[in-house]
Amino acid sequence: MTTNLQTLPGSSENVEAPGTPKKHRTPRESRGTLSFSRRARTKALGKHAVLIITGAVMIYPLLWMLVSAMRPNDLIFKDPGLWLSHLDMSNYKNGWSALTHPFGHYLLNSAIVVLGSIVGNLVSCSMAAYAFARLKFTASKLFFGIMLLTIMLPFHVVIVPQYVMFSQIGWVNTFWPLIVPKLLATDAFFVFLMVQFIRGIPKDLDEAARIDGAGHPRIFLRVILPLMVPALATTTIFTFIWTWNDFFGALIYLTDPDMFTVPVALRAFVDSQAGTSWGSLFAMSIVSLAPVFLVFLFGQRYLIKGIATTGIK
Amino acid sequence: MSALGELSKMKRRTGPKSAAEKRDDRRDNKAAYIFLLPWLVGLLFITVGPMLASLYLSFTDYNLLQSPNWIGLDNFARMLRDTRLHNSLGVTFTYVLVGVPIQLAIALLIAMVLDRGIRGLPFYRSVFYLPSLLGGSVAIAILWKQMFGTTGLVNQLLAMVGIHGPGWISDPKTALGSIILLHVWTFGAPMIIFLAGLRQIPVMYYEAADVDGASRWQKFRNITIPLLSPIIFFNLVLQIIGSFQSFTQAFIVSGGSGGPSDSTMFFTLYLYQKGFGQFDMGYASAMAWVLLIIIGAFTAVNFIASKFWVFYDD
Repeated sequence: MTTNLQTLPGSSENVEAPGTPKKHRTPRESRGTLSFSRRARTKALGKHAVLIITGAVMIYPLLWMLVSAMRPNDLIFKDPGLWLSHLDMSNYKNGWSALTHPFGHYLLNSAIVVLGSIVGNLVSCSMAAYAFARLKFTASKLFFGIMLLTIMLPFHVVIVPQYVMFSQIGWVNTFWPLIVPKLLATDAFFVFLMVQFIRGIPKDLDEAARIDGAGHPRIFLRVILPLMVPALATTTIFTFIWTWNDFFGALIYLTDPDMFTVPVALRAFVDSQAGTSWGSLFAMSIVSLAPVFLVFLFGQRYLIKGIATTGIK
Repeated sequence: MSALGELSKMKRRTGPKSAAEKRDDRRDNKAAYIFLLPWLVGLLFITVGPMLASLYLSFTDYNLLQSPNWIGLDNFARMLRDTRLHNSLGVTFTYVLVGVPIQLAIALLIAMVLDRGIRGLPFYRSVFYLPSLLGGSVAIAILWKQMFGTTGLVNQLLAMVGIHGPGWISDPKTALGSIILLHVWTFGAPMIIFLAGLRQIPVMYYEAADVDGASRWQKFRNITIPLLSPIIFFNLVLQIIGSFQSFTQAFIVSGGSGGPSDSTMFFTLYLYQKGFGQFDMGYASAMAWVLLIIIGAFTAVNFIASKFWVFYDD
């Protein structure tokens, strides 16, 4: 019943559907009696009340953090409200230079890791997905099954030997341990996402290209890749958010403050200030969340389609 | 739709091949393995290789400085005696078994309220989804640490109605609860999966039930739940696997200690302390395999139980 939820370009209405008429409503509206529509309206009002209250409770902490970062430090422990009597940006100034390096240094480090990871995932996952979705080869089912299983594998079970391996080749305190696995398609969810997508592209297109004499590299680059841009966009956005937020990997591999990414820098900040400068801590937390928020604003369509089709978060 | 669906489908597909399929059996092995090369190298060196290596290390006393010595089942015997480890299992189980059902129940409830063509759906959906994207970050864990502190936001709000709240994260009785709440806060991702699933339920079922005069509860119990059961199952498996691996929130909120009095010492946090704090890597590897087996067992039980309650339409 859910197999038709593919990541086809056209199937976004499946999830989005803001403009399509809602079938559920039609029988009710067609009756059209006054008392009924009044009852329907009361019901809708009740639903909106539930949604608005739940939403407000969920978003309140975020708004409060945003406001508190612009308040003098002592107010953070006194004022639970959102009213800002006067704007105080000193928390941002102090937070920016509170650690060994200015905070921009950590943002840059994170950006490098994120960029490397995105490129890695796009290249390696799309190649693997093309093979799984379009090519016939020995043991393809076995490998596909293994690929699906690795999605569910807890990373703890590989982290110790991985650490030993990377430390022996001198990669601790470099970005390589965070980027190289992405170049090797170890984020198998994206392989799966792309396989699903490619399966939705008509095979006639490949056949036509093949008749024109194109080989697999050409079909992949010229036919499939241009058509799977939505899946590539979803991959890019999720890779961005996950890599930007990744704490465990950075905690293990990056111990030198020069190499800190944003999450480990924030952690060092929490540990160093011992509850004295929550304002600047909040300010830098907001700086660290801002890119994720922006990606969310502009990439929402792909994010929502992505989780609705593959169930990744 | 899902990786889980694919896995269960794979079993069914195997059957005798038709003549047409056999004719179409031209293989492009060379091209395929070239395209798969990065993935195969990753599988070997990043996934399967390290997995087997950690299985080996779990039978050794490896500490990163000296070469590993085979000590048989000593690590596992030590685990049986390690009361801090037992406690960490309890903490993790509580987190998973309390946090996941509450999170999924709220996700389903809100998805159902959102489903019936409500106005402003994209706006509400964004509001509920946003925390899922931010929830895993260090920044939000920092916010939580403040909010549930002795003079944090929660207690400030409680004070306005005259309640003197405890220091939620400094009290062993409530510290884990605060972190579970953070998990519940991220119900947006499963909610979106529920929403997509609800869209697939044909309206005519509800219309027919309306004609028969079914109550709202009857419709929920006899239409929504059975038809949504594959999605519920999918969310359940996914959230359980993910929650067992939670780490960042407990680490930041407790300052890496798992305190107060080990009340937020997640299994993963203890594993980190053993492996990367004390470099007791043999023991950490053994713990990782125990975690893998626990997650595998939970998933297997889920799959077996699903035969009794998950309803497949096809």
